[in-house]
Amino acid sequence: MVKVIIAVIAYIILAPIVGGFLAGLDRKITARMQGRVGPPVLQPFYDVLKLLEKESITVNRVQDFYVMCFFIFVIVTGCFFFAGENLLLVMFTLTLASVFLIVAAFSSNSPYAEVGAERELLQMLAYEPMVLITCVGFYMFTGSFEVGQIMLSTKMPFPYLIGIFLGFIFILTIKFRKSPFDLSMSHHAHQELVAGLKTEFSGKTLAMLEAAHWYENVFLLGMVFLFFVNGTWWGYVIGIVDVLLTYFLEILIDNSFARMKWQVAINSSWIVAVVLGTVNLFMLMFVR
Amino acid sequence: MSYITKSPWVIHYDGSSCNGCDIEVLACLMPMYDVERFGIINTGNPKHADVFLVTGSVNEQNKNVVKQIYEQMPEPKVVVAIGICACNGGIFKECYNILGGVDTVIPVDAYVPGCAARPEAIIDAVVTGLGILEQKRQALANGELLKEPEPEAAVAAPEEAAEEGKEEA
Ligand code: SF4
Repeated sequence: MVKVIIAVIAYIILAPIVGGFLAGLDRKITARMQGRVGPPVLQPFYDVLKLLEKESITVNRVQDFYVMCFFIFVIVTGCFFFAGENLLLVMFTLTLASVFLIVAAFSSNSPYAEVGAERELLQMLAYEPMVLITCVGFYMFTGSFEVGQIMLSTKMPFPYLIGIFLGFIFILTIKFRKSPFDLSMSHHAHQELVAGLKTEFSGKTLAMLEAAHWYENVFLLGMVFLFFVNGTWWGYVIGIVDVLLTYFLEILIDNSFARMKWQVAINSSWIVAVVLGTVNLFMLMFVR
Repeated sequence: MSYITKSPWVIHYDGSSCNGCDIEVLACLMPMYDVERFGIINTGNPKHADVFLVTGSVNEQNKNVVKQIYEQMPEPKVVVAIGICACNGGIFKECYNILGGVDTVIPVDAYVPGCAARPEAIIDAVVTGLGILEQKRQALANGELLKEPEPEAAVAAPEEAAEEGKEEA
């Protein structure tokens, strides 16, 4: 029990630090890939602290409430995960958080935010099947949905779940809002949809959104880590190295792809889920 | 400790610029000058922006757009007029529909002369603007309401309405 409390408190305190630092590294590496010097690694922290200094403009009163719910439920998701709770519960909480974000965007009645919110819904439609298959894969391999149980497994899940791992990496591009599927927030193509989903958020609300993304990213990288645990210390080392490699891969993908249409996002991620995910699940029935 | 000078996000609006100054603004974002070194991001969304870069002069068509973008930006904010067109109308000054520089509709904090303005000059002006931004932030933090000179266009509005009325009549 003490362990769980420590894990949860560590997550709440450390995740924004790690997440913000990773976001800074992302911007630095991205700049280097584009032949630029890039901002300081601490830039994301400066951005968020600046947003806290700004005046708050909100179009209506419920908007901030929904974004706050998004923020809280993302943290709750991570807490469940690092407390070793049920993987399905974790994923459904994350979905609930995303729904709050979408409702926040819809509530503003701004056309840009609405198009962004619609695209976010389509993105959810795209990545949800693969997320569920990932949970089922872990269940079939270890016999439990509990993250705590999966952590105790003595065999590394990665070689058995390699198809699911690749599929999960694929949808991570959507979850991290990286280039080929960065549809809803228009991170790079900000002239097309203004800022998509987050168009109407400013000041403290936007700061909260950014911090929530740091929490979310740390949790998602935790999911990647889960593929490599085998109960030994070198399993943890491989896990952390692989988490960093995955993150680098996502940055590389971000910088080497143009943005695609939402149809491509849905079709490709469903094809990946069906081919890599379900084939891997069938294999697991025989291999295990 | 203030972070606003470390992360100024800009929004760029092209008034009736000939695109010369716009290209120079974009050049600042390119690898050669790379203003992201200073945390400057081109946001394209007034609600996220701290610095409003305007190129080109203001005309009858776009004066409301300029005003609207300015009003949508959360405080503290600064406006930088880029190129001689944005400063006082420049080469287009005598045109029938040109009101003049950007300061005819919104308060401007920094002016960048030149046709076209050099990227170095633009970066210099933005950095100057950051000093003003910091002052405004302190004023805001101290609870002083920023004195915004009432845009002249608002004063001129009744006349315009009268003129329009005449035309209709
Ligand atoms: S100042 Fe010169 S380059 Fe700039 S918009 Fe005006 S005419 Fe074009």
